[in-house]
Amino acid sequence: MLMTERDRLAQEIRTLAARLGRNRTSLIPILLEIKRKYHTIDSYAMQVIADLLGIHPVEVNSVVSFYAFLGDRRQGRFVIRLCRTISCDMQGKSRVKRQLENDLGIGFGETTPDGKFTLEYANCMGMCDQGPALLVNDRIYTRVTPEKVHEILEECRRVFGVHAAETKEVVFK
Amino acid sequence: MSSLPTYTEQIPEAGLRAAMGMDRPGIISAIGASGLKGRGGAGFPTGVKWNFAAAAQADQKFVICNADEGEPGTFKDRVILQEHADLVFEGMTIAGKAIGAHEGILFLRGEYAYLRGHLEAALAGRRDRNLLGRGILGSNLDFDIRIFMGAGAYICGEETALIEALEGFRGEPRNRPPFPVNTGFMGRPSIVNNVETLAWAACILGNGPEWFRSHGTEKSTGRKIFSVSGDCARPGVYEFPMGLTVAELLREVGGEDAKAAQIGGAAGQCVPAKDFKRSIAFEDIPTGGSVIVLGPQRDMLDVLHNFLEFFVDESCGQCAPCRLGTTKLLEGLDMLRKGTCSMAYLKELCSLGETMQVASKCGLGQSSPNAFLSVVANFREELMGRIPTHA
Amino acid sequence: MSTELPETPKRAPSSQQGQSVAVAENPSAIGGTVSISIDGQALKVPLGTTILDAARRIGITIPTLCHHPDLCVAGVCRICSVEVEGQRTLQAACAYPVTSPIKVLTHTRKVRMARRHIVDLLLSDHYGHCYACGRNNNCELQALAKEYGVDFFRFGHPEKPMHEIDLSSYSVVRDNNKCVLCRRCVRTCIDVQDVGTIEVLGRGRTSHVATFLDKPLGSVVCINCGQCINRCPTGALRANDPTDEVWEAIHDPKKHVVIQTAPSPRAAIGECFGQPAGTALTFELNTALRMCGFDQVFDTNFSADLTIMEEGTELLLRLKKALADGEPAAFPQFTSCSPGWVKYLEHFYPEYIPNLSTAKSPQQMFGAVIKTYYAQKQGIDPRDIVTVALMPCSAKKFECNRPEMDDSGYKDVDYGLTTRELAKMISETGIDLPRLAKSDFDAPFGTATGSGVIFGATGGVMEAALRTVIELVVGVKVEDLFEHADIKPVRGFEGVKYAELPIPKVGPVPALLAPLFPSWDFLKGAILKVAVAHGTANAKAVMEDIKRGGPFSQCHFIEFMGCPGGCLGGGGQPIPTSPEIRKARAGAIYAEDSAYAVRKSHENPDVLKIYDEFLTEGPCGHRSHKLLHTHYTERGRYIE
Repeated sequence: MLMTERDRLAQEIRTLAARLGRNRTSLIPILLEIKRKYHTIDSYAMQVIADLLGIHPVEVNSVVSFYAFLGDRRQGRFVIRLCRTISCDMQGKSRVKRQLENDLGIGFGETTPDGKFTLEYANCMGMCDQGPALLVNDRIYTRVTPEKVHEILEECRRVFGVHAAETKEVVFK
Repeated sequence: MSSLPTYTEQIPEAGLRAAMGMDRPGIISAIGASGLKGRGGAGFPTGVKWNFAAAAQADQKFVICNADEGEPGTFKDRVILQEHADLVFEGMTIAGKAIGAHEGILFLRGEYAYLRGHLEAALAGRRDRNLLGRGILGSNLDFDIRIFMGAGAYICGEETALIEALEGFRGEPRNRPPFPVNTGFMGRPSIVNNVETLAWAACILGNGPEWFRSHGTEKSTGRKIFSVSGDCARPGVYEFPMGLTVAELLREVGGEDAKAAQIGGAAGQCVPAKDFKRSIAFEDIPTGGSVIVLGPQRDMLDVLHNFLEFFVDESCGQCAPCRLGTTKLLEGLDMLRKGTCSMAYLKELCSLGETMQVASKCGLGQSSPNAFLSVVANFREELMGRIPTHA
Repeated sequence: MSTELPETPKRAPSSQQGQSVAVAENPSAIGGTVSISIDGQALKVPLGTTILDAARRIGITIPTLCHHPDLCVAGVCRICSVEVEGQRTLQAACAYPVTSPIKVLTHTRKVRMARRHIVDLLLSDHYGHCYACGRNNNCELQALAKEYGVDFFRFGHPEKPMHEIDLSSYSVVRDNNKCVLCRRCVRTCIDVQDVGTIEVLGRGRTSHVATFLDKPLGSVVCINCGQCINRCPTGALRANDPTDEVWEAIHDPKKHVVIQTAPSPRAAIGECFGQPAGTALTFELNTALRMCGFDQVFDTNFSADLTIMEEGTELLLRLKKALADGEPAAFPQFTSCSPGWVKYLEHFYPEYIPNLSTAKSPQQMFGAVIKTYYAQKQGIDPRDIVTVALMPCSAKKFECNRPEMDDSGYKDVDYGLTTRELAKMISETGIDLPRLAKSDFDAPFGTATGSGVIFGATGGVMEAALRTVIELVVGVKVEDLFEHADIKPVRGFEGVKYAELPIPKVGPVPALLAPLFPSWDFLKGAILKVAVAHGTANAKAVMEDIKRGGPFSQCHFIEFMGCPGGCLGGGGQPIPTSPEIRKARAGAIYAEDSAYAVRKSHENPDVLKIYDEFLTEGPCGHRSHKLLHTHYTERGRYIE
């Protein structure tokens, strides 16, 4: 049987809900998994999740919009979160910021047109003694300098190259 | 970087084994006798908290470890979880026995997702060694721990907001009372303790309350892990006895020339050099461990601006004083930057800050104007009559 | 270890569900009460009473904004802050349950400053001018500003609108510029109605009340009940107001403007003119409407009685199909008078559309009859007739705009007016409604029955239907079974009511129904099972029970009303509406019922006449089907 992207997504959410539990306490774990895999939590996904957990889609939307790591906006394969809190700020976060923008050609809150990188700010990520710090997805980089920015991005691109062959990004609307 | 001497001296599972030989009131009174207070910053006596939860009648209870360390300048919980995860889990298990809970939940902030594998491995190891699961160490204690990932919200460090997140809601603090010790996760009695608190609890059971009391002050017993960052020679994690002075701390970390120290993170207070003889303790300057050293060249307005942007961004938006108050304070700072703020309006903002301290719904809102008020009180001449540098 | 989790709370955040310290049920038990001192006055209250409730008992006023008697505690506006001795911070009086003796001070310097700051902060984020707002003089924020002596905008005032006004819905207009984020609408939509149209999106400064993905209200799942409007303290939510168009029609000499008035607005409109709740102004209103320029004033009770005939016959036909002919029929039959409920069903339980009575609501039946029967009778071209409906309801605005509601060949009902909007029109004319002389409704729809009146209260449709079924089928007087024909088991504000009516014997089939039913024998010995639910959260509970095959699936007939309390608590009713006010309005409605000479729909002479003159094939006949019945749309919950 031919499955549409939507059916596949709904199936995946059902599997997740079966594993994590079909009740509201599983909401954030399910959302994090969906976000991690699809880099977005779209309208349809929210409605399927709401249905499975017996809540209203707008409640899912409300939770999604509250947490920095969720959010319904589509993000890139690599989400770069630069710490903007005081200690990192005092250790030169602004220059790292500028370099990231220069190297990627986008501003903070934006995603590169190829869908690879998203630039975001984060609040204190607990690396205050080794700032400036940034997270690339779950990976932490400390004592980042403007020169190191290029290196970090290249590292991401290499990873992307490998994965590009085996995982075809699922696009659903 | 500091070593954590008392932690490393700890014999593995000494606390848990000791607790196994004690009854529930015995464990709670040991914690009570140690004088241990919450290491997350609020300083609520841990023994009292456990006692409330132990006394509550319910079909289920929960031990929740608050690893949503998000206060600017705080990173000691990360280090504790990296280097002493077993101690934290041991503390949770002891707490489980003390209050009669069978389930522990470690709420790990999303930013620390990279620690999860390490922590899961530690948990698996404990299960293998029968330190978690059914009949722990041959006793009749059943207790296990699971990890719940946060999704990026500073406010979830507030215990009731954390519980809301666990239940699948927006991390918005609840009305108190009732308190989590009576009505917590899923409406069941729950204790929410900071990572460090639980680690100390395990140490206290292992070494006895007197050992803990031998450090610190009468009202702030024991030692404390500090996260030191900013303009100093040796930033990092330190362990000091409670009650040491700011000056002593700065000397240890190489920050003697500081003009101020922000103690307790963005929610804490800005201590000017003239007050460095004050001591860091619940009865004087309380802290969850964050010390940000501000060197002589720092522009206090920039520092304050950063803090207020943080609060505007991280306020949950639920209650009016915090949602709108933080915005007004930030707008006021922009006026100060542009040199357009009248003294009368600054006074008005300070008065607003006092309202926010007493009228906001939760600890975050109540502490969000602290930095503003202490900087305005201590560095007013630095703030007024600015000529904007970049228009 | 797999410790089973307790059932997850599904509704609003538990923080919004209020204190879980339940108020002591038996205050006389030892430890059932606790002493509290407020501003020096000592009193004892049941354990768990909030400071706010305790203060109200002794006449001490504490201001509130996010608090509402219908809703769970939120504690988000903090305007009710008070000082509790021994506590560093102020406490929200609405959210603080008293469980141990405390001393409270309600107007210390700290408290006054905090309240003033909170009002000032709210005003700094509230765009608009009071004199250009529909809630002028009936706004809780405005009242607070006055109470706390706001004479300038301490923290500024927005000069430009910050949000676009959402005009996409036929029923509800959202203006977030005036929203103070008290979340009363959210708690209403999610807790009270369980529809889930709006929630707070975003965090901190960006948090705002919004629909799913910030879509226009008209394109998301919304049942238009308007309960959110009724609980909004400011002008952020209002009904889509057609009064300008109605005035234009009145002033147009070519137009013949007729208005029908429903019982609930008549029982409530006095509240807009300073009368206590529960003052019915039915006949004063007739005078006022004529003075305003309406050409004819009709009583919706007429079409309510017509509804009973049509819907009741439909029920009997279904019963006949199932019991006599052994054919499948959709049971239970659901009422279809409440457009909020109808849309709720279309969205959430579309598979149950066959159960919904095809009978139109009284408003729509009336519209169709006016533009056909009445137009013919009066010799007026229906295209010159403008039909206006005075309703307690915002969903009626959506209903009259449903594309299928044009069976007369024209738009059956042109405009739906809410109680509040008509009060505004009357005020504009300078008419002092409560002091007007009484006058009757116009013929040919001037005779009403008590059965039509009670449509306004939850259980009313069921009571009216039962009155008619008992007399037409069982063949006994209702009064023989129920004192004064008051069928008490279906009355009252209980969320869900259930009743059984055994039919031990049957009477002769009345002439009107003879073409459809040769006899009632198929009903002999049957037990008619009925239920009543009001507010869509209660409706949901019943529907879920039916889906599970629970006791409600065995019912024959269920009355559903979209709003709590039924129409009298509708979203178009005067603000405020509270449990006490709903009770008072119900009192007025049942008093009116008692006062009528004719109290049963099938005895309404105007109804009998229309079946004689126009709907000659009787109830559910061909013409009835064309004009008085409708069909529904499977909408579903998913939106693009």
